[in-house]
Amino acid sequence: MTLVLSQLFTGISIGAVLLLIALGLSLTFGQMNVINMAHGEFIMAGAYTVYVLQQVITSAGASLIVALPIAFAVAGAMGVLLEFLLIRRLYGRPLDTLLVTWGVALILQQAARDIFGAPNVQTRAPDLLTGSIHLPGGLVIASSRVFILVLALTAVAALTLVLKTTSLGRRIRAVVQNRDLAAVSGLATGRVDRLTFFIGSGLAGIAGVALTLIGPIGPAMGTNIIVNAFLVVVVGGIGQLKGTVIVAFALGILQSMVEYTTTVSVASVIVFIVIVAFLQWRPQGLFTLRTRSLA
Amino acid sequence: MSGLTVRDLRVVFDGFVAVDGVDLEVPAGDVRFVIGPNGAGKTTLIDAITGLVRATGSVTFDDHALLGRKVHRIARLGVGRTFQTAAVFEELTVLQNLDIAAGWSRHPLSLLRARGQVPSSVAEALTTVGLSAVRDELAGTLAHGQKQWLEIGMLLVQDAKLLLLDEPVAGMSQSERDATGDLLGRLAADRTVLVIEHDMDFLRRFARTVTVMHAGKVLSEGTVAEVQADPRVQEVYLGHAPSASEVA
Amino acid sequence: MTAVASPPVAPPIKPSRKRTGWKTAAGFASGAVALFALAPAALDDFRLGLLAKYLCLAIIAVGIGLAWGRGGMLTLGQGVFFGLGGYAMAMHLKLADAGAGNLPDFMQLYGQLDALPWWWRPFANPVFALVATVALPMLVALLLGQLIFRRRVRGAYFAILSQALAAAMAIFLVGQQGTTGGTNGLTDIQGFFGYDLNDPVNRKMIYFIIAGALLLMLAVAWQLMRSRYGELLVAVRDAEERVRFLGYDPANVKLVAYVVAAGMAGLAGALFVPAVGIISPALVGVVPSIEFVVGVAVGGRASLIGPALGAVAVAWARTALSERVPSAWTYFEGLLFILPIVFLPGGLASLPRLLRKARK
Repeated sequence: MTLVLSQLFTGISIGAVLLLIALGLSLTFGQMNVINMAHGEFIMAGAYTVYVLQQVITSAGASLIVALPIAFAVAGAMGVLLEFLLIRRLYGRPLDTLLVTWGVALILQQAARDIFGAPNVQTRAPDLLTGSIHLPGGLVIASSRVFILVLALTAVAALTLVLKTTSLGRRIRAVVQNRDLAAVSGLATGRVDRLTFFIGSGLAGIAGVALTLIGPIGPAMGTNIIVNAFLVVVVGGIGQLKGTVIVAFALGILQSMVEYTTTVSVASVIVFIVIVAFLQWRPQGLFTLRTRSLA
Repeated sequence: MSGLTVRDLRVVFDGFVAVDGVDLEVPAGDVRFVIGPNGAGKTTLIDAITGLVRATGSVTFDDHALLGRKVHRIARLGVGRTFQTAAVFEELTVLQNLDIAAGWSRHPLSLLRARGQVPSSVAEALTTVGLSAVRDELAGTLAHGQKQWLEIGMLLVQDAKLLLLDEPVAGMSQSERDATGDLLGRLAADRTVLVIEHDMDFLRRFARTVTVMHAGKVLSEGTVAEVQADPRVQEVYLGHAPSASEVA
Repeated sequence: MTAVASPPVAPPIKPSRKRTGWKTAAGFASGAVALFALAPAALDDFRLGLLAKYLCLAIIAVGIGLAWGRGGMLTLGQGVFFGLGGYAMAMHLKLADAGAGNLPDFMQLYGQLDALPWWWRPFANPVFALVATVALPMLVALLLGQLIFRRRVRGAYFAILSQALAAAMAIFLVGQQGTTGGTNGLTDIQGFFGYDLNDPVNRKMIYFIIAGALLLMLAVAWQLMRSRYGELLVAVRDAEERVRFLGYDPANVKLVAYVVAAGMAGLAGALFVPAVGIISPALVGVVPSIEFVVGVAVGGRASLIGPALGAVAVAWARTALSERVPSAWTYFEGLLFILPIVFLPGGLASLPRLLRKARK
């Protein structure tokens, strides 16, 4: 029982990381249909923000708290720059966006190598987050994992609030549902796009801060995690926040359970097969926006 | 050939009833016009017949039940359609567009060969729709009216027995409309034609029978004169004005 | 597409087609001269070996050009098919190197196995192995394509799914240390069907085989592109839903191009192994798979020769640049993904037409 529970929690914490990463994608890919392969490098930028801040701020706890808004701003600014310089020219060509942003990712990775060096760097985690929490029944949970889970859920709540209640959220949803109509109605779609991209990329920065608590920080960290995060958005359904949330956790739990019963190696194939099987049932993802468009 | 029969057709989008129990009988060789205000469910009717949207009820053409079949299976039963905004393959030439329309019945292996000469059905259609002069132009470079003609030409080589035309003369000049109307009359000789159209002048000249739809239901049906005399039609279209002369 | 008899279309060829036919023949002839006469004469053994490797990448690129340029399927998982072909070939060559009844060297080294795994055994047969290099990737593509094209998973969804497959394949291979060599892959291959790969003469023979295979694959792609099927493929790419209303199932149309592209990648993998002497997870994962695409984009995705030339040019640039300034290569590669796609979506192959247009 304890074993199952602890696997379950492992799965949930994998899911929380996936969710943090996929959340930004569900905005930029899900809402704007832009496949930003450099999203992983924005995560990396968020992680390096912690590293740089810790050169200045010695307290690990303070640096972490300061890092959250700064990483959001740094990654967000990178996203806006990317949107303004390249993606703007590629609307309606989503596959080309994918390749172009992969090129951007390569450049950012190499820049990180040239600035911070190729080896991974370490950051210090605050004492509060290095220990573990002992639950009744012998269950032991790393407190950093709990922190990430809380952070992910907070980010979901905040994003939902922004989308549902603010005028920016209304404008974002209007542009998603009918870009032409929104433009005709006097919405500055360009500005809305840039803001959407700012938030989506900023969330990558937050994810980067969180990742410093559980793993090394290096130039290649983005590539490894981005593929699964995109899967989460695809399987969750385009433009659907709740799909992203559910699928992130489902995929995390599935992965941890399969890895536990087999090996990491076999699990990677099984998870892929499960996803293809799932798409037989729901080819447009878990939740879909039904429209009458055609041909 | 026994024409098109639609019984109690219903299409529901997320709770919105777009087509609400439509019954329709279009005998073989008829040129039926379907009119009605925007949102009456006309295009959805065609979508349901061609398998694009899910519907309940029954649709029979030529003794084949259509509902529940896949789009390409329905097309193979001789059901062809055009679209409100002409949908042609813009990166291919006019000839290639027509040749593809002729092709689903070709043996798969024969597809692996290049086209040697122009198949006779394609050549015929080129002449019929008057696009012989531009046959090697990319379809994307055609004028709007020409694209609609190309779509009709594709229906011809496809050898569709039921033609479903969604606003075929929208944006056409008067002479183009006349030519299209004449063509429809000729096509109906051995086919069944159903046209969605807003243009009342065009309707009066070329429709044999008319169905008026409103809010997903059939409001009235009959000859042009009968339908025009129907007070319910006048009410839907014009509020209460008596003459249904120019309605868009 | 059911097999209903079609009206026989006799092949008297239009004059215009005859002219393009001549052009193509001339193109193939000059390609053959360049590959079979000029390159071996101009390049030393080492450079010719590099060119052999580049030509393998060009074979993959021809397939991607067909699937992506003509079919609109951006496949970011060609490494999987490349790997299947490569591993199938390498397994046979390792078994042949070890000699009958012996385990391949790496299996002895890791010492986890005392007998050959059952799924290795058929690869001892050269005919089975050769057929498998192409048939296995095609089979996997057929199965996967059936599942995803039928369900209308396409566009970005398809690209991401194909990328996830590449990721899964690489992780899987890394974990199977005992049976696939894990991270190292299958290395140190000595012989090729009885020919010693250390002998420069035999290495030259491998080059000629690869060059021949590339020309053959270009011919296959050329025929597919000019055929009625090729026209249909473009139609599906541009308006998949429209094609259904003409009685076609677009899934079948896409499947053919996808499976052929997979077969080409498998063939390339099989030829890569004797040319380079190694196949490993690092050659099949997400990164190499997307790198296969960049040459296609640079050369011109929808053209016949563009993808192959682009692939060779990019691979050559990589060697030339990373020999001198390794970090500069990555920046350059990044720009290769960005600049042509943003500013020249048709690739270099579209330059002549654009220039002609500009002059008018």
